Amino acid sequence: MLATTVSTSAVVLVGAVFLACAVEMVEALTIVLAVGQTRGWRSALQGTFAALVVLAALVAAFGPALVHVPINALRLVVGGVLLIFGMQWLRKAILRAGGLKARHDEDEVYREAVATLDAAASSPNRDRIAFVMAFKGVFLEGLEVVIAVLTLGTSAHRLGLAVVVAAVAVVSVGVVGIAVARQLSRVPENAMKMGVGVMLVSFGTFWSGEGLHVKWPGNDVALLGFVGLYLVVTWLLVGVVRRDAPRVPREVAA
Amino acid sequence: MNRQWIVWRAVKGFGMFWWDFLVGDTPELFVAAVVTLGAIALISVTGHANAAAVIVLPLLAILSLTASVLRARRAALRERE
Repeated sequence: MLATTVSTSAVVLVGAVFLACAVEMVEALTIVLAVGQTRGWRSALQGTFAALVVLAALVAAFGPALVHVPINALRLVVGGVLLIFGMQWLRKAILRAGGLKARHDEDEVYREAVATLDAAASSPNRDRIAFVMAFKGVFLEGLEVVIAVLTLGTSAHRLGLAVVVAAVAVVSVGVVGIAVARQLSRVPENAMKMGVGVMLVSFGTFWSGEGLHVKWPGNDVALLGFVGLYLVVTWLLVGVVRRDAPRVPREVAA
Repeated sequence: MNRQWIVWRAVKGFGMFWWDFLVGDTPELFVAAVVTLGAIALISVTGHANAAAVIVLPLLAILSLTASVLRARRAALRERE
């Protein structure tokens, strides 16, 4: 029984962290590829490396500190944050799937980044612009990954596992992304975001409840129940939204 | 003075980040989550009604999400008209 509950929690944690990291990595990689192919790889890689160092420092600074927070208080706060964050992701994904909001188009993001870099071609600060653009892209997308890894990892007492899964996701998407270069738009990003949203809301419900002394039926197995429940609700809401939604063209969206 | 300005900018930036992260363009979801957790605290911690909390917490989360999605849908349809 113990092995079952441990593996259930771990499987959902791995899925949530992997999907969240993969989605953000696709977005960051698009910007880095645009910078690298337009301005040369030196500044792009320097900006990427600098952002990764800052993000690693954030994990090193806040990760161990969070472990010392009383578990119920941590789960209540983290659960609350995940509940809000997850509902925001899910809402956006539902509106995109239903056609009420423009889908995130990596080809368009790539073209826009290249246009921005080309427009600044005569600037004497050419390398600085490329560095800043790569840094910002990796740092801002990476920050969401850091928050997901720290909150999910510490609340589940599996920070090490969360960090390893995040690293695997980043490396896998990086390798595949570089191999397919500019075909990142083929990644089913909205479906992945929907999956992450469902998992974040599930974890948010579970942990905020535990933080408030709610005893879930089946303990950790209740997580799977929440995933199923929120998937059904998401599917129903997409249907409602799609029914009379105006078609929105694919364009750059936040 | 310069140091104070740097500290102020850092604090402001930190506050703005969390505001954007948690509230952003969906303040209704933030308020709904706070109300939900407040209700569960009353039911579970004060009222010791675990069975009710088990049902009410996911139910309120679903209602909050549904209300927010329908609000966005209404706004989009109004824009179309």
